[in-house]
Amino acid sequence: MTSATTAHSVVEPSATTRRFAGSLVVLYAVITMIPLVWIMLTAFKSPDDAISYPPKVLFKPSLEGFCNLFTTRSRQTPEFIRSLGPPQGMCDSIARSRNMVVAGPSNYVPRFVNSLIIAFGSTVLAVALGTLSAYGFSRFRVPLKDDLLFFILSTRMMPPIAVAIPIYLMYRTIGLSDTRLGMILLYTSVNVSLAVWLLKGFIDEIPREYEEAAMIDGYTRFQAFVKVVLPQATTGIAATAIFCLIFAWNEYAFAVLLTSGNAQTAPPFIPIIIGEGGQDWPAVAAGTTLFLVPIVVFTVLLRKHLLRGITFGAVRK
Amino acid sequence: MNELSASSRITYRAVMVRPGMARRIRGLSDRTLAWLFITPTIVLLLAINIFPLLWTIYLSFTNYRANRANVPTIWLGADWYQSILTDPDIWAAMQVTAHFVIWTVVIETVLGFGLAYLIDKKFRGHGMWTTIILLPMMLSPAVVGNFWTFLYQPQIGLFNYVVAFFTGRAASSFQMLGDVTLSPWAIVIVDAWMWTPYVMLICLAGLRSIPDYIYEAAEVDRASKWRQFWSITLPMALPFIMLAVLFRGIENFKMFDMVNLLTGGGPGSTTEVASITLKRAAFESWRTGYSSAFAIILFVTVFGLANIYVKALNKVKSR
Repeated sequence: MTSATTAHSVVEPSATTRRFAGSLVVLYAVITMIPLVWIMLTAFKSPDDAISYPPKVLFKPSLEGFCNLFTTRSRQTPEFIRSLGPPQGMCDSIARSRNMVVAGPSNYVPRFVNSLIIAFGSTVLAVALGTLSAYGFSRFRVPLKDDLLFFILSTRMMPPIAVAIPIYLMYRTIGLSDTRLGMILLYTSVNVSLAVWLLKGFIDEIPREYEEAAMIDGYTRFQAFVKVVLPQATTGIAATAIFCLIFAWNEYAFAVLLTSGNAQTAPPFIPIIIGEGGQDWPAVAAGTTLFLVPIVVFTVLLRKHLLRGITFGAVRK
Repeated sequence: MNELSASSRITYRAVMVRPGMARRIRGLSDRTLAWLFITPTIVLLLAINIFPLLWTIYLSFTNYRANRANVPTIWLGADWYQSILTDPDIWAAMQVTAHFVIWTVVIETVLGFGLAYLIDKKFRGHGMWTTIILLPMMLSPAVVGNFWTFLYQPQIGLFNYVVAFFTGRAASSFQMLGDVTLSPWAIVIVDAWMWTPYVMLICLAGLRSIPDYIYEAAEVDRASKWRQFWSITLPMALPFIMLAVLFRGIENFKMFDMVNLLTGGGPGSTTEVASITLKRAAFESWRTGYSSAFAIILFVTVFGLANIYVKALNKVKSR
């Protein structure tokens, strides 16, 4: 868009301005990336390399962190280890070099699976409920509409710990404590307020005439909603889904207070990975790196929707 | 698309919906449909947000303890509220919280708006770099906070190494998480690292919403770039900046995960924000009634402040 839009040239920044702005942003981005890169590097370090000083940028890659993440080990005497015969796979041989044997799998995989089920389950539910309500609020005359909308928003202002005790007591009574369903419902309720607000912004932008035309063609209101409004709102729904997913995937306070084993997600689990003599940093880094992968992939794939999500939903009213 | 195929599409759709169901849905008035659409959300929020909140209010007037359920519950009236509001430790925690909120919001707003302003210049590859900058806010504060404790280690941490490299001090001479003056800043740094992108995103949306013709008019009037920034860019982006401040303010008032993993409130109580005090009272000493009262005080505070702020925001918006 250079020659065709000469009328706009007065507002196009000059090449020097652009280069200057660009280099500042790149500098910030690089500084921002250092901790992230360091997590990934540490995941592939041996425990000795991870805690060496000065910090090592070049090192011999090791998969010990990943082995320690996925297994539990027990210390044994060298005689006992020798009596066992050949090691069972790579992790076992790494463990044996440190006078240990692999005792079994760790809890990381079940915790990660819980994260997947709870995050995606609550995102789907929150977006579904949010879309319906947003359409309702956008198109119909609802008594006390503004009060209801503010009520929905205000549920996000509560510190999670403030409601954690009654939720804990309530879940204990109805048998939802430490269950995935309980966590899905809880995260849905936290996310649905955001979903309603974001999606109402998007649906407000879709002209009513589209549905009216469809209804003149013989569609019912419900059919018009499904066949006309939903396809138009796809971008908004995608943006909302990202925000809900980010929250549910990363949530810590409720997870650490309300789950203990069965339904525990990865965020409370990763910090408590302890090795011999303190925190096992390569294992923690490996767990962190794997935990980041889904959300980073999701973000990069849907980054255009992300910007629109903020633009249209939260602000343009 | 010609008329024939359009009409056949409608017939096809009519066949897809079972006749009985179609009549039932058609029979629904808009009013009924509106309630059908809205009720599930309201019911869920009533069950999992409002009901617990009311329960918290009830508990805050009693001596109930979640770990001693068989002790008879006694109605205490406003005793807890009185003892909390006169407790110097609570006021200290509120002050710590206020410091965090102010510093993080100020730093994030200045950096976030600055970045958005630069990105809006549309340099080459701005899309890619924006995505990279956004990454920290996608991560779990707990997991990230936990990893930053590694970066902050005085003997082995990367952060101390880099600071030592540039300042010439010995890396082991300062403990970001163990020093009473440094540990609050350790948390502010991580929070700013994580959430500046969020402010940037909202500010960017604000900058992109300013129509070009306003700048063109300003150019015609020969307004300087400096003047354009103060008279057009900043005022027009202000509602967005204020919105970002509102969101970050509410979130950081509730700050829990990062503090819990970085310092746990220590050393001493220098980083003990309100959520940490609340968690200790509720889940470590199990003073359920007391912590419920504190939770209600916190909620009323956020709610009140947010309300005043939203009024100011609306005033700015309608200008």
